[in-house]
Amino acid sequence: MAKKLPSTDVVLVGFGWTASILAHELTEAGLQVLALERGGFRDTVPDFATTYIQDELRYAVRHELFEEPARETMTFRNSMDQVALPMRHLGSFMPAAGVGGAGVHWNGQTWRFLPSDFMIRTHIEQRYGKNFIPEDMTIQDWGVTYDELEPYYDKFEYLCGISGQAGNLQGKIQAGGNPFEGPRRRDYPLPPLKRSYATAKFEQAAKEVGFDPFPCPAANTSKPYKNPLGVQMGECTYCGYCEWFGCGNYSKASPQTTILPVLLKKDSFSYRTGCDVTRVNLDGSGKLARSVTYIDRQGKEYEQPADLIILCAFAQHNVHLLLVSGIGKPYDPASGEGVVGRNYAYQITSSVKVFLDDILNPFMGAGALGQGVDNFNGDNFDHGPHGFIGGGYIALWTTGGRPILQTQVPKDTPKWGGGWKKAMAENYLTSTEIATHGSVMSYRNSYLDLDPTYRDVYGNPLLRLTFDFHDNEHKMSRFITGKAAQIAQAMKPRSWYPDQRSGHYSIVPYQTTHNTGGAVMGNDPKTSVVNRYLQSWDVSNLFVMGASVFPQNAGYNPTGTVGALTYWAADAIRNKYLKNRGPLVRA
Amino acid sequence: MEKITRRQLLLRTALTGSASLFGSLLGARPANADSNPLLPDSPNPQTYTYFTQPEIAFLSAALARLIPTDDLGPGAHESGGVYFIDQQMASPFGRAERWYMQGPWKDGTKEQGYQLKLTPAQLYRIGIRAVDANCRSRFSGKTFAQLGTADQDQVLHDLDDGKLNLDEDAPGKDFFDMLWQNTHEGYFADPMYGGNRNFAGWKLIGFPGPRYNYVDDIGKFGKRYRQPTVGLSGRNGNIRKG
Repeated sequence: MAKKLPSTDVVLVGFGWTASILAHELTEAGLQVLALERGGFRDTVPDFATTYIQDELRYAVRHELFEEPARETMTFRNSMDQVALPMRHLGSFMPAAGVGGAGVHWNGQTWRFLPSDFMIRTHIEQRYGKNFIPEDMTIQDWGVTYDELEPYYDKFEYLCGISGQAGNLQGKIQAGGNPFEGPRRRDYPLPPLKRSYATAKFEQAAKEVGFDPFPCPAANTSKPYKNPLGVQMGECTYCGYCEWFGCGNYSKASPQTTILPVLLKKDSFSYRTGCDVTRVNLDGSGKLARSVTYIDRQGKEYEQPADLIILCAFAQHNVHLLLVSGIGKPYDPASGEGVVGRNYAYQITSSVKVFLDDILNPFMGAGALGQGVDNFNGDNFDHGPHGFIGGGYIALWTTGGRPILQTQVPKDTPKWGGGWKKAMAENYLTSTEIATHGSVMSYRNSYLDLDPTYRDVYGNPLLRLTFDFHDNEHKMSRFITGKAAQIAQAMKPRSWYPDQRSGHYSIVPYQTTHNTGGAVMGNDPKTSVVNRYLQSWDVSNLFVMGASVFPQNAGYNPTGTVGALTYWAADAIRNKYLKNRGPLVRA
Repeated sequence: MEKITRRQLLLRTALTGSASLFGSLLGARPANADSNPLLPDSPNPQTYTYFTQPEIAFLSAALARLIPTDDLGPGAHESGGVYFIDQQMASPFGRAERWYMQGPWKDGTKEQGYQLKLTPAQLYRIGIRAVDANCRSRFSGKTFAQLGTADQDQVLHDLDDGKLNLDEDAPGKDFFDMLWQNTHEGYFADPMYGGNRNFAGWKLIGFPGPRYNYVDDIGKFGKRYRQPTVGLSGRNGNIRKG
């Protein structure tokens, strides 16, 4: 029997980026806020000390900062005619566990999506005609526009101290920035990071082949920075241990380095760790959420009532919670009806390995130290002759040169033995790779539901992921990989080769943790789980944050957009919902 | 309370895979702490915890082929790789503590990934036994370790190529993938885990170790970085206290 706890104003499920932002915003509005986190507490001191955290085996390979599949995982299959089997250990993506969430272990690559990304169906139909969109592709407009989100992108970028170079200031294109970005009200808070040799070479090569390179926006601080909350960050030292690690130098934006020093001092905020939320409980009407049920690490069950409940877990986990709680109509791929679990999407990545003659010192880097080109992202080019939808950025990142996972050897090098050893010795310091980061559209047969067989540690059904790459994505990825290869050749390498993704999506090799959809936003309750303010259509005191609301995935890392949407939703809660509790949009 | 130096703490948490600094401080101290081979002051760091002598013989031979010692420097065996894998098998990784290990068990597609019922430690136990049995029948009673290097290479290639199916429960390819993954890890992980001794792997490729600050160096394009190699527990490059 669950122990019933005293009610609070707001319960946040999870305590990563979105929960930290909401906790700050909603306590500022005078509310009592409680965050429930499944993992433990961790902070810069002592957990990320530089003489301790730079341990590739422990963190990047053994996954110490991530969720444990032993407790919670999902099952996976490529298509509906297969039997889904459990993801027994992590591979393709790395959901976090613990305070700060994936905001602790990310690289800090912080993008805005393109204005056309937010109205993709309308935009594509207008430019190319209705028939350009394949019948089984279920892409849709977001219900919010770039212009509406712009102030909130700005707010997130200034919270984080993003280093970058504006490409479009209030409609005026700026030399050296990304000319394709939507207009921004002001410049980035910090100038771009220092260049690595490899990124400087990429920049020159990209210009030679006629593209428009720019410094990628980075949540790694190029200078000391004090954010609007008064939290001080230090200059990045290019140690090369961002992704999969916490930052010991207060240089990578995370909840710990931007919000928690202020938030944790507030009497109106509290958090509990080691709490697995297993249900959102509704009242008799089914229209209001009453409480959440959670289980602590001793296996004790609690019921925590709250007036407002906000799901802030990782994308798939938000969807899982909706499904096990019976909130919203589950998606049925046979009929195409229902919404919860619909429009799961991912990203398609590839790379071109480049072997040069110069010493590049790849170990001097930062998670978002990169030069990119955006000429082939979104609808920045004419798709008419190509017959696919979407695109991606091409970038050379110098994130680090960690020896277990961040090395490359020329094509046809033996996999092991003396030949492999020699190739490692000859190429580590002089090789690099150009990455492509491609969008994935949503499809009728890419979705999430509950697995009929496999159970988590509490006996609840695991989430089941049914997903494969479609022809559209393979075509797009081949196209942008070809453009990346043009840049690679202009770098005048000894050798190079493309590492192209082909065939079925596999859960095994790491690709990206940019999983999206399943609780998508929109203006029509028949095709979305939450309205444009991220409020559940069915349960008006329930909101859903994070990339689970993306109706399809764009060709950028999602965190910038996740941050902007969170501020957008927080504003709607503070200034609309609290004044008149109920649905913010009439269905 | 006994004084624990920072270095000892690092090494201890590295070897036990403990989740946090505090976790390891609070954790039970081994009863035979003074002679525990996992502790940095031990005079003999190569006291194995998990593997048996025949298994060590197999691994020593296999690692010497996977990353051989040659004129470029020490290979995986000579730099402590077998000890590294042994310690990993005795850790949460070897026991698959973070993995989802509930049934039902079914063969999946390759896209669905690992579906064996075996933990990594179990896979080694069954895999090594099966490879040695296979070698004995193919090579007139010789175990893998007793073969010449050309035959050893052939057996390893057969495993890697999926041509040597050992046992219903231990497909040769899965065993080889685990063996190569862990060999590779040991060669490039921080020496405090037991492999990469004297920074053999890092020096081979030119990685200077985890360092804190490259602000003044990152702009020196094309220049080789010349500072001495350093690990998390210092410049010694060994799990022993230096």
